[in-house]
Amino acid sequence: MQLTRRDLGAIAAGAAVMAALPRLALASESNGFEQAIMDFTGGVEPAEGDVTLGTPEIAENGNTVPIEVSAPGAAAIMVLSTGNPNPGIVTFEFSELSGERTGSTRIRLAKTQDLIAVAKMEDGSFTMAKRQVKVTIGGCGG
Amino acid sequence: MAKVKPRVKVPKSASAGDVITIKTLISHPMESGQRKDKKTGELIPRKIINKFVAAFEGTPVFTANIEPAVSANPYFEFSMKVPGPGTIRFEWTDDDGTVYDLEKSIAVA
Repeated sequence: MQLTRRDLGAIAAGAAVMAALPRLALASESNGFEQAIMDFTGGVEPAEGDVTLGTPEIAENGNTVPIEVSAPGAAAIMVLSTGNPNPGIVTFEFSELSGERTGSTRIRLAKTQDLIAVAKMEDGSFTMAKRQVKVTIGGCGG
Repeated sequence: MAKVKPRVKVPKSASAGDVITIKTLISHPMESGQRKDKKTGELIPRKIINKFVAAFEGTPVFTANIEPAVSANPYFEFSMKVPGPGTIRFEWTDDDGTVYDLEKSIAVA
């Protein structure tokens, strides 16, 4: 195949679109997790604190990513995604019968992103933790 | 649809006041509502388990409010302080209102 001037123009245009795409994605990046935090805390900005969010650093399969959250003295812990189509992942609620305030599960992650855990303490305060998980293959279907 | 089968691992006996670890697993596709049918291109409707509750003799121990971001065959691990002998009841609620349940009793040695 011979490259003509016209072809070059088309290739350049295509490249420009490709370059612009990530920027478009960035502009609409937030999936509303800030709002989800506010809904959970009732408008209080949670401070970073005594919540442990255990995740793998690199998740090869975004369909099942094991996570573990714990926060001593928590009444509830909410786990949020910043890169999935919807922010909510799971909310654990504890009671006086829960021994340690900890919960583990497996979740889906669409892409590399930050996970946020917000804990509601028994005294009514809120703390949060944030961790990045690198995802090799996304897990939200096509 | 494949049969939904809940499975739970609880120690058979413990001492009062012990903190035990409970593991649960239920087979369920957890259709997120984001996937498209490869042939028709239409969205597959959401069908997930949206709530899991473990209760000891009627007192909730651990509750999970579940969103579509939880993997298929949802697995939960949590801990419980054993107040005495009794029965733990596990309930999973499906989007269509079906409740899958299982009971395990625990003896106090």
